[in-house]
Amino acid sequence: MAEVSPAMQFEDLDQQREAAGLGMWTFLVTEVMFFGGLFVGYTVYRMAFPDAFREASHHLYMWIGAINTAVLLTSSLTMALAVHAAATGRRSRLVGFLAVTTALGVLFLVFKGVEYALDWHDRIIPGPTFDTAKFVNPARAELFYAFYFIMTGLHAVHVTIGVGVLATLTVLARRGWFSPQNHNTVEMSGLYWHFVDIVWIFLFPLLYLMGV
Amino acid sequence: MAQEIVSTRVYYRVAVALFVLLGLTILAAEIHLGPLAVVVAMLIAGVKAALVGLYFMHLRMSSVMMRLFALGGLLWFLLLLGGTLNDYFTRLAPPMLG
Repeated sequence: MAEVSPAMQFEDLDQQREAAGLGMWTFLVTEVMFFGGLFVGYTVYRMAFPDAFREASHHLYMWIGAINTAVLLTSSLTMALAVHAAATGRRSRLVGFLAVTTALGVLFLVFKGVEYALDWHDRIIPGPTFDTAKFVNPARAELFYAFYFIMTGLHAVHVTIGVGVLATLTVLARRGWFSPQNHNTVEMSGLYWHFVDIVWIFLFPLLYLMGV
Repeated sequence: MAQEIVSTRVYYRVAVALFVLLGLTILAAEIHLGPLAVVVAMLIAGVKAALVGLYFMHLRMSSVMMRLFALGGLLWFLLLLGGTLNDYFTRLAPPMLG
């Protein structure tokens, strides 16, 4: 195996790894604040209009949300296993787990797309096509769906970016870019993927489970 | 800080725990706990997020500095939430809460 050396601004590989980790966590903290505003807005309006939000939530496809939660949880496991494979220098395992994680990300987006299509069919998308006859207070129900579509939409954008990153890593891993000494890219992408999973862990009960 | 490598068995156990908690949160929603429901749901989500953070994201083995950064994110979010809700419940004439 080729000798691995740190980038010129670092003393050694450990320092480089620590710096990468701190940088990634800093980015994730800004992401927490990014999603945080939406979570707080949702909380305020949910406390203001609890009945309308419960009624609106009831029209979501809870089981698609639950299956998608399972898909993302599984993808987090395979991502952790990919990082482990990179750290222990097992290339074929690394490529395999990265490919599976990518596929699970795509599967999540497919389920989400099917769900959005069903939502469109049910006419619960805020705007001119919204079915006002369905709800006691349609304006408040629309507010719930605005939160639902923006929050899950923003999350889906993050999953899409993650799928792109993971697909790239799969190709790079096949070419042998990563070693036990330096696989920061795999590890940092893993942090991002787990973070996206955590966002969904909170979105699922908040949006889908209140109207069961 | 040199990296430590844990056995993959830990990851499988965490994944099983996450799936059990997912089942639990759906079950809790089905039995209609009333005002307690959201508390239970957020507690379960909190435990799931902690498991992902500590084990999958390696915070359990990370440097103090890195854990502080992660805790900082949580703290700032709670400030945002706490400050905002504090306003709605004590200071603003609530046109929407009435």
